Amino acid sequence: MSTTTVSEAFHRRPTYGNWLSVALVWAVLLAVPVWLPAIGGYTSLATRILAFGLAAMGLNFLLGFTGVMSFGHAAYFGLGAYGCGLTLKYLANSTPLAVLIGALVGTLGGALFGALIVRRKGVYFAMLTIAFGQICYYIAYTWNDFTGGYDGLRGFVRQPISIGPLVIDIQNNMILFYYFVLATFAVCVGLMALLLRAPFGRTLIAIRENQRRARFLGIPVEFHVWLSFTISAFFTSVAGALYALVNNFADPTTLNYVISGDIVIMAVLGGMRSFWGPLIGAAMFVALQDYISSETVNWMSFIGLIFVVVVLFFPRGVLGYLRRLPL
Amino acid sequence: MLTLVLFNVFNGVIVGLFYVLMALGLAMILNLSGVINFAHGNFLALGGYFAFLLVPYIGFWAALVASPLIVGVIGLILERTIIRPLYPRDPVYSLLLTFGLAFIIQDLCRTAWGPNALPLTVPASINQPISTEFFFLTGYRLFIIGIVILAVVALFLFLRHSRMGMRIRAGTLDLETVAALGINVRLLRSFNFGLGIFLAGLAGVLAGGQIGLNPNMGDDLLMPAFIAIIVGGVGSMVGTLLGGLIIGVAAGVTTVFYPSGSEVVIYLIMILVLLLRPRGLLGEEGMMT
Repeated sequence: MSTTTVSEAFHRRPTYGNWLSVALVWAVLLAVPVWLPAIGGYTSLATRILAFGLAAMGLNFLLGFTGVMSFGHAAYFGLGAYGCGLTLKYLANSTPLAVLIGALVGTLGGALFGALIVRRKGVYFAMLTIAFGQICYYIAYTWNDFTGGYDGLRGFVRQPISIGPLVIDIQNNMILFYYFVLATFAVCVGLMALLLRAPFGRTLIAIRENQRRARFLGIPVEFHVWLSFTISAFFTSVAGALYALVNNFADPTTLNYVISGDIVIMAVLGGMRSFWGPLIGAAMFVALQDYISSETVNWMSFIGLIFVVVVLFFPRGVLGYLRRLPL
Repeated sequence: MLTLVLFNVFNGVIVGLFYVLMALGLAMILNLSGVINFAHGNFLALGGYFAFLLVPYIGFWAALVASPLIVGVIGLILERTIIRPLYPRDPVYSLLLTFGLAFIIQDLCRTAWGPNALPLTVPASINQPISTEFFFLTGYRLFIIGIVILAVVALFLFLRHSRMGMRIRAGTLDLETVAALGINVRLLRSFNFGLGIFLAGLAGVLAGGQIGLNPNMGDDLLMPAFIAIIVGGVGSMVGTLLGGLIIGVAAGVTTVFYPSGSEVVIYLIMILVLLLRPRGLLGEEGMMT
């Protein structure tokens, strides 16, 4: 709200990146199995980054483009993960179907919660989103027979995809699985870009810039915020479903508010005023977390420091910072 | 059966009092500064650990006062150095900052005092059972009730009658006007922040004597404290007090009949309140809502 001045926002089109940078992003993502092992990474790390990147971009649809703060997106991430895992375990041996049902569960959850709290404002709204996230956490945590409780949901395996005679073995081949996740990611991101370019997306930005003015112009603000909340929950729950497939495991801690905080810091770290920022933030955060937690027992302090340093010194995130440099 | 019910209701009251101490501090900071302090539970743990350090030297009674004071001063310093610059910015930043602080403080506690529970020794004079039939009425629990009542009454008297307290209350309603009247709002916010953290530290010492110390002892209290504020109504301190007691007792009563539901019932109460009375029990329309 306060980080972009009104005139700045009106004179600059929101950046979906020019064609060159978009091409660059996709080239980098497509070539991951080639260059990542060369610098000492592993493919499932990239898969995790994509999942969290999508979650952070989904959150940013609400945070960065509608100006509404949710600190409870772990709820939708986790609902997606559990929806996906439970489908594979009890309902059907189809990975795409499981992802769809996971997304459906998370989106419905978001629509329901959103409807309850959409009239609340600012910090109070954020507190309510946290509380609702914790409800989902406790349900997953206590409902032992169905969700596996404290130990998490096990006993499901992502299934190979068969298109006619062609079988894509995403079960054992981590690289093929990475491309499956990337394809799902691409569909979601494409959809998100279309929504933001459409009049609907422009309306959301108008609400972000000046809610009162938007209301005076006759825009039904609450309805738009609710819709944005629900759409944001949809993207984040797809991400959660993909995340459950990475380890064939749904963990109750994916519903905890700690994950909500992680998703928000990814968006802020990358730059919440830009389309691709959250993906960059997710890549940095997940890679750093992966590295630090294997190097020191005091990883929590380092993660905490990342939060503090980003907030105090890089509030506009990496992309916001780069954009300010006189290049 | 009656004893069992009484036992759990009493437990609920004790837990509720801890919620109240946590929630009042959180609410003071939230109301005046618009900061959701995620590290509040970790300041509580710090309060317990500092008391653990101090008791061998100055005794329990002095530590009961000194430890929260030290924690309050730490809160004050953090407010002046890293939280104050965030006031004019989007609230997401202060939220993220205290979130990171929570990680750091918890990790420091774990490094300094180890991951396992440590006992906080309580003087024998207040640590004996009072009645054999009602075994749960230990002296220490009554002591907790007494101290919390004392602290809450003192806080409300301070807010209602002292000059500083009135300024804080005025500031929660309209900070700009208060500033325009020539009151040093920065000082007011610092003091208010320190006071809120002091209450967390006090809760930490009391909780340490009851359940022992561990690095994440405050975590389980943080969410109920949020709920207490939401149920009571954002902006109303009396509401927060009421909210804390209600959800504490409700959790206690639920434990009698359905032990694993004690957490869920807190959230059910919150949803009920939001559906029937969205601004909270005593919240005023328009206050941050």
